[in-house]
Amino acid sequence: MSGAHLAGPHRYLEAQVRWRRIEIAFWFCTLLPFVLTPAYLQLASQIAITALFALSLDLILGYAGIVSLGHAAFFGLGAYAAGLLSKHGWGEPLSGLVIASAIAAAVGYAMSFIIARFRHLALIMITLGLGLLLHEAANSAGWLTGGADGLQGIRMRPLLETFRFDLYGRTAYVYSLAVLFLLFLAARRLIHSPFGLALRGIRENAVRMPAIGAPNRAHIRKIYTISAAVAGAAGALLAQTTSTVSLETLSFQRSADVLVILILGGAGRLYGGILGAIIYLVARDQFSGINPQYWYFWIGLLLVAVVMFLPNGILGGLARLAARRQEKRS
Amino acid sequence: MFASLAGVLFDGFAYGMLLFLLSVGLSVTLGMMNFVNLAHCSFAMVGGYVTVTLANSFGWPFFATLPAAFLAAAAASVALERTLYRRLYRASDLDQCLFTIGIVFISVAAAAYLYGTVQQPINTPSWLRGSMQFMGMNFGAYRLFLVIIALAVTVILVLALEATRFGAQVRAAVDNQRMARGLGIDVDRVFAVTFALGGGLAGLGGALAIEIVGLDPAFAFTYLVYVLIVVAVGGLGSIGGSFVAAAVIGISDMAGKYYFPQLGAFVIYLVMVALLIWRPAGLFGKRQA
Amino acid sequence: MNRAVLSTRGLAKSFGSLVVAQDIALEMPQGVRYALIGPNGAGKTTLINLITGMLRPDAGQIFLGDVDISSLAPEARVKRGLARTFQINTLFASLSALEAVTLAVCERRGEAGTWWRSLPSYREAIDEAYDILVSLKLGADCTRPTRELAYGRQRLLEIALALATRPKVLLLDEPAAGVPKDESADLFEAISGLASELTVLFIEHDMNVVFRFASRIIVMVGGRILVEGTPAEIARNPEVRTVYLGKAVHG
Repeated sequence: MSGAHLAGPHRYLEAQVRWRRIEIAFWFCTLLPFVLTPAYLQLASQIAITALFALSLDLILGYAGIVSLGHAAFFGLGAYAAGLLSKHGWGEPLSGLVIASAIAAAVGYAMSFIIARFRHLALIMITLGLGLLLHEAANSAGWLTGGADGLQGIRMRPLLETFRFDLYGRTAYVYSLAVLFLLFLAARRLIHSPFGLALRGIRENAVRMPAIGAPNRAHIRKIYTISAAVAGAAGALLAQTTSTVSLETLSFQRSADVLVILILGGAGRLYGGILGAIIYLVARDQFSGINPQYWYFWIGLLLVAVVMFLPNGILGGLARLAARRQEKRS
Repeated sequence: MFASLAGVLFDGFAYGMLLFLLSVGLSVTLGMMNFVNLAHCSFAMVGGYVTVTLANSFGWPFFATLPAAFLAAAAASVALERTLYRRLYRASDLDQCLFTIGIVFISVAAAAYLYGTVQQPINTPSWLRGSMQFMGMNFGAYRLFLVIIALAVTVILVLALEATRFGAQVRAAVDNQRMARGLGIDVDRVFAVTFALGGGLAGLGGALAIEIVGLDPAFAFTYLVYVLIVVAVGGLGSIGGSFVAAAVIGISDMAGKYYFPQLGAFVIYLVMVALLIWRPAGLFGKRQA
Repeated sequence: MNRAVLSTRGLAKSFGSLVVAQDIALEMPQGVRYALIGPNGAGKTTLINLITGMLRPDAGQIFLGDVDISSLAPEARVKRGLARTFQINTLFASLSALEAVTLAVCERRGEAGTWWRSLPSYREAIDEAYDILVSLKLGADCTRPTRELAYGRQRLLEIALALATRPKVLLLDEPAAGVPKDESADLFEAISGLASELTVLFIEHDMNVVFRFASRIIVMVGGRILVEGTPAEIARNPEVRTVYLGKAVHG
């Protein structure tokens, strides 16, 4: 029965998974800052960290359809975990990163049991509430977190015992970029796996899924935990490359910013978070003199414009343009 | 001990009444159209700034500014609904959230630009600034005034809902929009009017809030969280639910800050998360089968 | 006589004072084609929702063979061989038909939880999905997004998704609903092509479809089962004529 037609469906699915030239070109370009803008390596490192955080949000929002207004909880958890490890003597970066990420994953796993049971407004409110709770708890537990002053006394050992974290950000950028790339590869594999397909199924039609035998809650718990681990890794990177951790890492501000970044770039397209992070942080750096109130005016306008005219973000808009050009050609 | 407990309860209840005025509009419109309007507190801000402008720059007496605040906020609601919001009724939760958060950012920046970031002063009539003695306890006059207004509004709302034809249409639209349309009810018009009323009440709340919690451009955000908590906990589309939830949240917040100051707002968030887990549709919300 | 593949006892459900199901007792032996008919609001879709677990009954039990599935979650019932389609297309709009059916196959095989192997490496699952699509004449368009398919083709995809779960019992909710005349031929061929071991219950309003495919008919009115019998018996039954067939299609 399955003989002559084998090529068609298999080739179609393989084509979805194959690396595109533009992707490879993009990753090569990430090495450019070393050569072109060596003075901006700290910024580049920040962009890589934010991109990783946005990627973690994309996993739950863009692929499984879970709207979270409190994702900074895991970012902050990872940051504080890595910071506290260093402060109390464990200054080795790589193992610290892994441990911090595992702690964020554990908390994510615990929370996922609550998260998986809700949708719509209740879900939004619970993610918001849990994020705010963690922020308040960290604020009050000054003996542990340093409270409003932030965590003091973080000292990182050199990466791989050879590369010291210097002021120019060279080691920071190499480190952040490497971690981003590795976790990106893992995320890419996940998206193109049967599990990734199941997540898209949940996002497209959560009602149909149980009717084909899919355990929605189990799937959601799994992706939420993975997402928490990635967000925690991003937070740990921040703590380790800047040797500071403040309450801001747990704030609603950060949760909202990463949401804006992901939507700007385009959710559910794997590269949306990275693109959004680049644009947002470069813009913020360029306009750093501006009064924060006015910065948020433009962000507000941007949000309104994106929802009305570019519902799938920049990448979505580009995809539509490309599709239209394909149609014109044929 | 008892005096302070009663004091906390009263202050908390008054604060809750303020939250009720701010939240009731959002609860009903959310229940009716499932439209997540995070810019609701921006309307409150409109009311507050209108009051401030009229009282400080034009010398209006405080009481006269209140209806103006209501009307201005209602007008702003209608304008926004007719032009922008109605395109988003079919959009996803996320899109509605993002769009309305964008509106909040814009409104906050506009307020900062027009009025600066300082707290706005307001002159309330002198007889509202004292306090009344009753049963050996002190009740702030302004808070009493606030409670009376909120209770009056509640009574009017409930009467309107139960006894007028429009109220019946609102109840039908909240309960089952499709069927209401099928019965010939002009749901869009009902929604527009309800939206205006809700916005107006928020504006009134914003005006009344100045004396208690102050007014600055961050108001739209700061109180958004509380309003969302009240709406989520009280249940969408329920006036009674908003009332109870607002009272509970108001009292919990006051009690938390008074008895456990080191915990800060922790108590409120914990209460909300716990209540939502127990009753995801809110205390009085529509329950799923 | 073989034991019933799907049976219910005393199934009941009310929403406040609105009774949508009362005292529903079914015994469906293997391989039989049942049509469930009745006026609008009789509770037919509700019954499917109760049997599949999307709605929790107030009373009663549901059995698949000997196993009491009354307390099982919907996805667990699917794993045991109970599948359904929806009256209104409930599909994955941006997934292609191939992806959708492959997903259903992977879920059945317990492979949908693996995130470290890429989808193309699951060649067996993909082949199986493609075969199902081809058997329903959906092979040609299977790589296009579902939302681009014609309505009739989407109805067929509904059935393909259900078949991918390898059910023992298939519940079809108005499979022909909304399908234009020129697309219904493929649909009928699909329904008649269903394996004979499969037990099928379908809700239908179109009496042509009913009398063509059903070997037994169940009539539901006001949440209760009015009568059950062969098509000939039902057509002759005076109660049914008054309540439902009345001045209908081909009385």
